[in-house]
Amino acid sequence: MTEPALSPSVSSTPAVVEFRQLCKVYGMGDAEVRALDGVDLRIERGQFVAIMGASGSGKSTAMNVIGCLDTPSSGDYLFSGVSVGGLDPDQRARLRRHYIGFIFQGFNLLAKTSAIENVELPLVYRRVPKRERTERARIALESVGLGARLRHAPSELSGGQQQRVAIARALVTEPALLLADEPTGNLDSTTKREIMQLLIRLNTERGISIAMVTHEPDMAEYAGRVIQFRDGRVLSEGTPA
Amino acid sequence: MILATLLMALRELRRNTLRSLLTMLGIVIGVSAVIALVNIGEGATARVKADIGKLGDNLLIVRPGAGRRSMSFTPAPPFKLADAEAIGREVSGVSEVAPTAGSQQLVVWGNQNRQTTIMGVNNAYLDVRGYALDQGRRFAASELSAGGAACLLGATVKNTLFGQRDALGQSLRVGKISCLVVGVLVAKGESGIGQDQDDMVLMPLRTVQRRLLGTNDVSTVFLSARKDRSTQSVGQQTEALLRQRRGIQPGQESDFSVRDMQEVADTMSQATGTLTALLGAIAAVSLLVGGIGIMNIMLVNVTERTREIGVRLAIGALASDVLFQFLLEAVVLSAFGGVLGIGLGLGLSWSVTRALDVPFLIQPPILLLAFGFSAAVGVLFGFLPARKAASLNPIEALRHE
Repeated sequence: MTEPALSPSVSSTPAVVEFRQLCKVYGMGDAEVRALDGVDLRIERGQFVAIMGASGSGKSTAMNVIGCLDTPSSGDYLFSGVSVGGLDPDQRARLRRHYIGFIFQGFNLLAKTSAIENVELPLVYRRVPKRERTERARIALESVGLGARLRHAPSELSGGQQQRVAIARALVTEPALLLADEPTGNLDSTTKREIMQLLIRLNTERGISIAMVTHEPDMAEYAGRVIQFRDGRVLSEGTPA
Repeated sequence: MILATLLMALRELRRNTLRSLLTMLGIVIGVSAVIALVNIGEGATARVKADIGKLGDNLLIVRPGAGRRSMSFTPAPPFKLADAEAIGREVSGVSEVAPTAGSQQLVVWGNQNRQTTIMGVNNAYLDVRGYALDQGRRFAASELSAGGAACLLGATVKNTLFGQRDALGQSLRVGKISCLVVGVLVAKGESGIGQDQDDMVLMPLRTVQRRLLGTNDVSTVFLSARKDRSTQSVGQQTEALLRQRRGIQPGQESDFSVRDMQEVADTMSQATGTLTALLGAIAAVSLLVGGIGIMNIMLVNVTERTREIGVRLAIGALASDVLFQFLLEAVVLSAFGGVLGIGLGLGLSWSVTRALDVPFLIQPPILLLAFGFSAAVGVLFGFLPARKAASLNPIEALRHE
């Protein structure tokens, strides 16, 4: 197993995320769509950034590129100083495996699989031995307040609890960056607040960088910084209004 | 990693128990068919060989009439004692010659009776056909030469007439003559074609010829070849000799048959072998169909679980991890089907062999082969769906509803 060419000492200096004149183009010729059109963007270590924009503004594409799920058509994307543009799918998968945690709107937990086993899954792919896996998954679940629900299946948990399991799954690998795609989209307002407070806590206490896509301005308020996309470009940037 | 993936695969298959079982069914049927057919085939072959061995060692049977080979139905003249003597004298490699003549007669003792076959024989007949004496003695030379009224009872006749009582020294009525029981034969059981080989009474040939048939005809001659000679050569020489003695022109068909029991055994085991191969091919086809069923369900599986695959890829699974996972699921499915099939096949062949009264032989190589084959079917037919899963684009997979 070749580990990614990334070490904490290297990643401590540059920004976690750096877009340099990044373009993402879909289709060819007349049908060409410039989903991202020359974007320059930096997310420093420890930042909590909210990404907003209408649908089709390019925010989802930006998230996919940040998450190393997609590659830029031109320009460059440096993840902690490493250029992602030239990496093949397996190299990008290894980068995700070690440095990026994902949280989705729909939770995306494995059905009929206990919370702890869901949280263990990223460690399975990292070939962590069973005993250590279980221990780390238990600690991650305790840190999101689900220490008493290790053996519950997703169907036995509320939406908020499921999202906590998903957050624990993203955390268990101790990632440098947490990517949250509408993490509160399926939750009621009380639970939304709880989830956002949990993310804030992870950000401030552990220094995990967070990039969160949301269309809800009051969720974006939790972030220290808001980036607005429109037509594939960064429209505005600033602290929440 | 392998263990974790295996557990994951097992959980996946348990999640859809009914579907998994139905998918396995093709493999189960294919493998059980292979196991059952091979087992029953082998058992039947062993049984046929044993039965033909029971007829007598290195046995050749010479009968008047062209046998099955000819469609003509002209009556063929019977043999004479001289023909049998000539065979014994002139054919090299013959160890014993037993000319016989048969007659159906009612055998009566006290108030018991039975319709049975009376065989006129010499003492060599016992050796050629492999009969042993349970009690008493063989025919005396004087009885043979003078046509004395002595008889040896087959076990069935003895039991019918005498039950547990002693038959030795008793006098029976056979047809119109009275006859002294000088011996009782050890039971030989049924022949390969289900004929009771103990339902007969042996008498000296001359006695049967003169006093029951009133002719000097010999109907069937049994020969045994020496152990060191091929039955084939003895058969060919016998045929040539008899053709000459019966004045058959070259090119003309023989009006008698020489049947080599060794040849019959070989032919029969060859026939069962061919049958086994044919049925095996059918079973292989059903394995193939089972494999296609697995491929079909795995493709459905991949489509259904597209989102899950997207999540796995997002959280760091390599394409090869996903490939391995789905391949393993297919292999677990087919291998489990293989194990069930082996169990079912053994059960099936056990009950069939019991019903047919043929030996039940377990052959580990066939079991291993069947298991290996079913696992291979999983790899073969699981590969395409697994590759489809592994080549999914994580972004599109995550967006999949």
